[in-house]
This record gives sequence, C-alpha cells and structure tokens, in this order.
Amino acid sequence: MTNSMQEADKGNVILVIGTNTTWNHPVFGGMIKKAVKEKGIKLIVADPRDIGLSKIADIHLTQNPGSDTALLMGMQHIIIKNNWHNKEFIAERTEGWDEYAKSLEFYTPEKVSELCGISVEDLNATAKLYATAGRGAIYYAMGITQHSHGVDNVMACACLQMILGNYGVPGTGVNPLRGQNNVQGACDMGGLPNVFTAYQPVINEDARKKFADAWGVKYEFLDDKVGQTVTTMVENAGDSIKCLYIVGENPMMSDPNQNHARHQFEKLDFIVVQDIFLTETAQIADVVLPAAAFAEKYGTFTNTERRVQYSFKALNPPVGAKYDHEIVAEIAKRMGCLDFPSTVEELYSEIRKLTPSYAGISYERIMNKAGLRWPCPTEDHPGTPILHGAKFSRGLGLLKAITYRPPVEYANNEYPLTLTTGRLLQHYHTGSMTRRSKVLHGITPSGYVEINTVDAAKLKIKNGETVKVSSLRGSINITAKVTEKIKKGVVFIPFHFAETAANILTNDAYDPVAKIPEYKVCAVKIEKI
Amino acid sequence: MDNKINLTIDGQVYTANIGQTVLQVARDNGIYIPSLCYHPRTGKAGKCRACLVEVEGIRGLKESCGLEVRENMVVNTRTERIMEVRKMIVELHLSNGEHNCIACEKNGHCELQDMAYHCGVERPHFPVEHVTAELDTSSEGIIRDSNKCIQCGRCIRACNYNVMHEVLDFGWRSGDMKVICDDDKPMGESSCVQCGECVQVCPVGALTFKNAKGVAQYKELKKTKVICTYCGVVCSIDMYTKDNKFVYSLGTEENWEELPNKGMLCVKGRFGFDFLNREDRLNTPLIRKNGELVEASWDEALDLVASKFSEIKEKHGPGSLGFFTSARVSNEENYAVMRLARGVVGTNNIDHCARL
Ligand code: SF4
Ligand code: SF4
Ligand code: SF4
Ligand code: FES
Repeated sequence: MTNSMQEADKGNVILVIGTNTTWNHPVFGGMIKKAVKEKGIKLIVADPRDIGLSKIADIHLTQNPGSDTALLMGMQHIIIKNNWHNKEFIAERTEGWDEYAKSLEFYTPEKVSELCGISVEDLNATAKLYATAGRGAIYYAMGITQHSHGVDNVMACACLQMILGNYGVPGTGVNPLRGQNNVQGACDMGGLPNVFTAYQPVINEDARKKFADAWGVKYEFLDDKVGQTVTTMVENAGDSIKCLYIVGENPMMSDPNQNHARHQFEKLDFIVVQDIFLTETAQIADVVLPAAAFAEKYGTFTNTERRVQYSFKALNPPVGAKYDHEIVAEIAKRMGCLDFPSTVEELYSEIRKLTPSYAGISYERIMNKAGLRWPCPTEDHPGTPILHGAKFSRGLGLLKAITYRPPVEYANNEYPLTLTTGRLLQHYHTGSMTRRSKVLHGITPSGYVEINTVDAAKLKIKNGETVKVSSLRGSINITAKVTEKIKKGVVFIPFHFAETAANILTNDAYDPVAKIPEYKVCAVKIEKI
Repeated sequence: MDNKINLTIDGQVYTANIGQTVLQVARDNGIYIPSLCYHPRTGKAGKCRACLVEVEGIRGLKESCGLEVRENMVVNTRTERIMEVRKMIVELHLSNGEHNCIACEKNGHCELQDMAYHCGVERPHFPVEHVTAELDTSSEGIIRDSNKCIQCGRCIRACNYNVMHEVLDFGWRSGDMKVICDDDKPMGESSCVQCGECVQVCPVGALTFKNAKGVAQYKELKKTKVICTYCGVVCSIDMYTKDNKFVYSLGTEENWEELPNKGMLCVKGRFGFDFLNREDRLNTPLIRKNGELVEASWDEALDLVASKFSEIKEKHGPGSLGFFTSARVSNEENYAVMRLARGVVGTNNIDHCARL
C-alpha cells in the first residue's frame, strides 16, 4: 500500500475494486464501513457480486469478470473529456501525458459499457463521483491481479490516481490489500526471482557485489539472471526444473488447473516440503520436514501497509518439529556453508545491514509497540506511513497507454457461465489451518457454488442441490447456492475445499509479466446430476 | 509543551494532558476507579455511575469517565460518600441477576467482581429475585448468559461502532430490557459474524468464549503478544494459552490506537488458532521409501536433502533447483530461504505464493 489503513477516513471518496474486504480483510472492511457511515466518505464498489460493502456504497457496479481494465480506463476517458483531471500534478509529477491522453480515446463510454456489462449512465456517474469528490483512495486485492492482464489492471489503477493527483497525502494512493499475512515481508526479503532484499535487482552488479561480500561468496557465484516464478517453475517441472524446496505453501491446492499441476509435480526428481501439516503437497513430497507454526516462534512480519511488527513466542512447537530458519541453516551447513546464520537475531541483523528500508527498525523499537512502516533508514527515523510524498520511486510517474486485453477464456456455447473464485470469511487459502479449527469449521464446513436465481431456474437447479461444474480442464460435484447476490451469468466458488476444489476448474493461463494465473475468470458449465 | 496541566488526586499531584478525563489520568497512575460502562475502546456511556468522584468546589458527585481534567483540579476518589454509592451500585447489580462467580469464565477477570471486592460487598443486602433465563449457546463461538448482563451497553457500542457489524441492540421482552441480536434471534441464527468483539469488551461473564469454557481459569492463563497469521491486516493479538495450548485470542488493548487493528479481530483471528493444538501436526521428518512416506530422523532427512540438492546442482546446474518461500513465515525465515537459494545453491529461482 502506498498509504496506511488508518487513513481510510481521511479522504473524500473510496474505490473498492476486486476485493471483498469485509470477508478477506475483515477488520479493515469495518474501518472502511466506519469511514463511510460516520465520516460521510463516498464509496464506489466495483464487483460482480453483492459484497458486504456494496450495501452501503453510493454506487455498486457489477462489471463482468475480467473487464476491470476497461472500467478503469473508461473512467479516465470520461474524466479527461470533462476536464476533471489534475493538470498541475500531471505536469509536475508524471510523464507521457500526451500520448496517454490519446490512447484513452479508445475507451468510449459506449464501448466500455458493452465490455463491462454496465450502463453508460452508471459509468458516467462513477467517473464523476470519483473525480470530483476530492481526495480518492483505491483499495484492491486479488480481484485485480489474478488475471491474464493483471499488470494492466494495476497500471490502470496507478494511472487513474496519477491523472487525479491522488498520491502522497492521507486518504489517497494505490492500496493493494495483501492476502497473506507476510506477503509484503516475503517480497521485501527478496523472496522473488528478480530482486534481493528491498527490491535490489539481481541483474545489478553493485547489488550482487554487496550481497556476495556479505555472504562471503565469490561475486561470480551469484546468479546474474532473473530466476523463475512459481508459475514457470511448475510449468518447467521435469524440464529445466528438477527439484523443488517448498516452505509453508500448498501449491497442489492453490495452483490453477490442479490436475495439470499434479502431473507437473510428478515429473520432478526431488520435492522437499516443509510445513506444519501433511498438506496435499506434502503428500506427494520425497522428504517432509515438520516445522514450527507462527505463535511458536518469534520474529518480524510486515503487513499490507508495510508495517513491520514483532511477534513473540507463545507456545513451544510440537516435540520433533524444528524452526524454519533452523532447518534452512542445517541444510546450508550440510551443503558446505559453515557460517550460515543460525539464530533469528543473526538473521535480522544481517537483514538490517543489507536492507536500507529496514535499517532503522531494531527489535527494541517494535517489541511491545505498534511496529514501524518502512522505509525507515535510521534508528531515529519515524517510519513512513505514506509513500510517494514528493516524488515517485522512479522520479516521474509514467503514464503508459494500455491496450485492452480480454480474459483468455470466455463464456461460450459449451461453457456458458463465467466462474470466478475467492475466499470466505471463515476460511483461509487452502484451508489447511482454518478447516482444522473447530469454530471455523463449525460455521462453514464445506464449499458451494453461488449461482444467480435466473440461471438456476433455467437449469432447473434448486438451492442446496448437488450439481456438476465443469470447465475444459476438469469437473467437480458441489452444492448449489442459489442467490440474487451474484450477477447473472457469473458463478462463484471458494477455493478452500479440497473435496470441491475450485482449482480443478480454473485456467492456468497467466499474466505475461507478473506470471499470476487467471483465477478470477474461466468458462464453465453446470449440469444437474 | 503547554498542553500539560497539574491536578491533585487523593492528595497527590499528577501531570496530565489537556483533553484527558479524570478516569484516564487516574488509571494511567494506577489509581483504582471502577467503570462498568466506560471502556477505552467504546468510550463513555454515562450509564453506570460506578466511576463517580468528588471534585473540590463542585457540588455533588461527578462521573469521572466524562470529566475533563483542569488545571489545579482537586479530585477525591475514595471518600465515604463515594464508597457508599459504589456499594449501592454493586448490591443492585448483584440482586438483579445471577452473579455466581464460582464456575464463571470471567472469575478473576471481571470488573463487577473487582468492584465488589474493593467495596467489600460479599452478598447483596436486597433480596435476590430473579427468573433464570436460558443460556444462548446457539453460536459456534460465543455463549450468552443474560443472567449476568449488567446492561452496560459496551457490547452494543462495540458491535455497532467498532467492528460495524450492527447486530446487537437493546430490546425489550416482557417489560425487561435486554441485549438482543437482530430482532431478537438466537445469536447463532442472527447476522452475527462471530468476531468476538462484544465478548472482549463485556465487563462481566455475560458473554464468553465457548471453546474456553472449563478449559482454564483466568489465573492459569499466560498472555503473549503475537500477530495474526491469516490476512494482510496482520492484527496484533494477545494470545492466551495454558499448558502449551491455545485457549483464546483478544485484540491487543495496550496501545490499541496505534495498532493496525485498533484492538479488534475477525472470526479467524479470534477462533482460528486451535489448529496449533491439533494431534495431526507433523512431528517427525518423513522420507519416501518404496513409494511410502516413512518416519526418519532429522539427521537422515537433512543429510538426504543436502546431498540431493548438491547432486542435482552438480548434474543439472543450480538453475535446476527451485525454492518456494512462504508468505506465512517470518521475515527472518524468508531471508534465510532467500540466502540459501542465492548464496548457497546459487540460483535466483526463488518465489512465493503471493501470486496464487
Ligand atoms: S461477535 Fe461481533 S458481530 Fe457478533 S454480536 Fe459480537 S460484536 Fe457483533
Ligand atoms: S452483555 Fe456484557 S457488555 Fe453487553 S450489556 Fe451486558 S454486561 Fe454489558
Ligand atoms: S484477525 Fe482477521 S482481519 Fe485481523 S489479521 Fe487475522 S484474518 Fe486479518
Ligand atoms: S463508567 Fe462512568 S458512568 Fe459508567
């Protein structure tokens, strides 16, 4: 997030797109609700389903899954036509304006209305409210990124904010809500194929020198090419990839097109899984290493607003399990790296040395306190709640034309419905933790497919009936939940449940840059059984 | 500077910030004033009068939860008159419900019990006349015992104005006021999302966590500040444990205004950690032998992993190994996996499931 969660009530208008916030980030969903109900902040929700926040929204757009780029660009088309853009900000802080403005010509309200399945009036009203209400913030989650054109969606959000000057002050910004507690931290720590910690590029010589020095290895030893992503590693299993070491993830469940994923994993020579339960992925591993869970260890975690917090150890891990860092150090030592740091403290002090944005965040400053938001370069720096205050990280913000790309797979004669996937309030990701919780399991023991009343009537499907949902890639039997809360032609399946796994159906087509698969759109059919 | 003032409480001079209430200043300085309706996160309600104090120069008793400090104010918190009123309040509550503490979840952690103790009230002087109401156990996570409710309204304010779920309200049934869910539905059938915020602020045992019942008395619990392992909000949690088992979570109250979650939690952070206690947690390394995963020693498993990694690297190059680090482990652990991939194996094939 460029801004902080506490600022939800500091702007004038909020655009919520591709996030079912009250289910997936519930505490923050409540904060948005409070901002709207008590501070009168305007709310626009763009989601094909009725979600908790759409009830209190000034405008609820139910755009077709996969049409977000069109919606965001169409809003900008209208904004420019009406002269609502922030000329000063565009002139001072951005580049590429002239060409960008021209590229928006394509996104006429009529065309966008058709692509999105929403009316021209609604589109106009949305653009007007968002552009003229004052300071605006965008909050989004995987509904924006999990598309074959996810990067376009993110850029469209960034550009919308640039042409309105919505950066650098409270209640603005581009604010992705991270789905897992330490996604931000995993990225910050260089758990990405192209960067070391703090996004220092691996293709940069100085960065490689710096890390080689710190680690006591020869400069030439470090790989100078960008590595592979999870998506390509699975795709190249058996070819360029022979072995995977998987820490605390369950890709067998979370990968799209599960049947294909299983087939890919089977081609590997050697799989190591390090986890707290025998997950679907651990079951196919060659070696399973038992690890400690979150409250059984101490250390730092970084939330969606870049806040680094310290977590204490509440419990001992099960006898026989080891800490993740301990296991990694053991492997490193056995591979000949004798000085690999073996304690959490050693690791953290190494992080601070090599990671400018974390350098000022000592344990003492965040233990028993509320944490600090990076960048925090020195021990007397107060942290940074808002990014891009005076300038963007790259200097000028780049306004870059975006060509509309539809989802890879459309609803068609044979598969006439559009499937979108997501999470429920009570469950989390592949369910390996929440489905083992008594209360959470008690509230929601199983999955279902949400289908619109009209579509259900056509298929003669009743609420509670078991139906067969199929895509080109596979099929599942699942209970139907007939509801008016979902757009006609769209169906929704939560992906937590192995026995009704949405990811048997989903498409593994992915964004060419971000390599994020298109979980949010694929074509399916539903049949009675 | 000058947003500070001095005031005297019970004969001692204290410095306070302008805008603070007498109750807050007293609490900050370890002076006990009971408050049954005021809670730092639900604010003042002015309902219970438990917090009355005397201020020199002002007639009558004043509610300290709503009384702003002023320069040179002289406050007394323990005069005879105050103690009489407090006693009266406790006795009224004790006679209006069933406050049998012995097996109550809140025993040792109850604000009414604290108040009774401080006032020396052991049993009410008024006759106890009360029709016992049935418990509401319809919710998966929460037990409601209206016999213990003192109608302070904290739960209602918390549900409506903190977490914004708008489930609870006061309602009337056969002439009696009580807390109701929606239009008086059992909690488990209402629109309640079981975030547990109401339980956290309830001063007494009228709202308690089902999974904690009979598991541990308050004095047996250990409290540790952890973070939630689920979504990216990363709520700060006071985790209560006993005998190395998770019992329940409260949103961290200390410094709550600064925290990302401001003391609140959702149903996952509240109830979702009993997976930690599960018997099916992995507790030994496993190695595949003849197609089966069988138990192995750590040495055997680690040696195998290291030698396989080295062998595959030798044969196919470092780029044939891939590392999935985790969006669920700590920064330190992510860094360790990153250094293993880049600094020991020599590959940039490292990523995590943020994309998935
Ligand atoms: S658990 Fe949460 S939603 Fe339910 S009544 Fe209590 S505060 Fe409201
Ligand atoms: S249930 Fe608890 S918090 Fe709610 S009114 Fe009764 S005593 Fe107060
Ligand atoms: S308690 Fe709920 S909102 Fe808070 S971090 Fe956990 S999952 Fe997210
Ligand atoms: S706490 Fe002051 S009136 Fe209740």
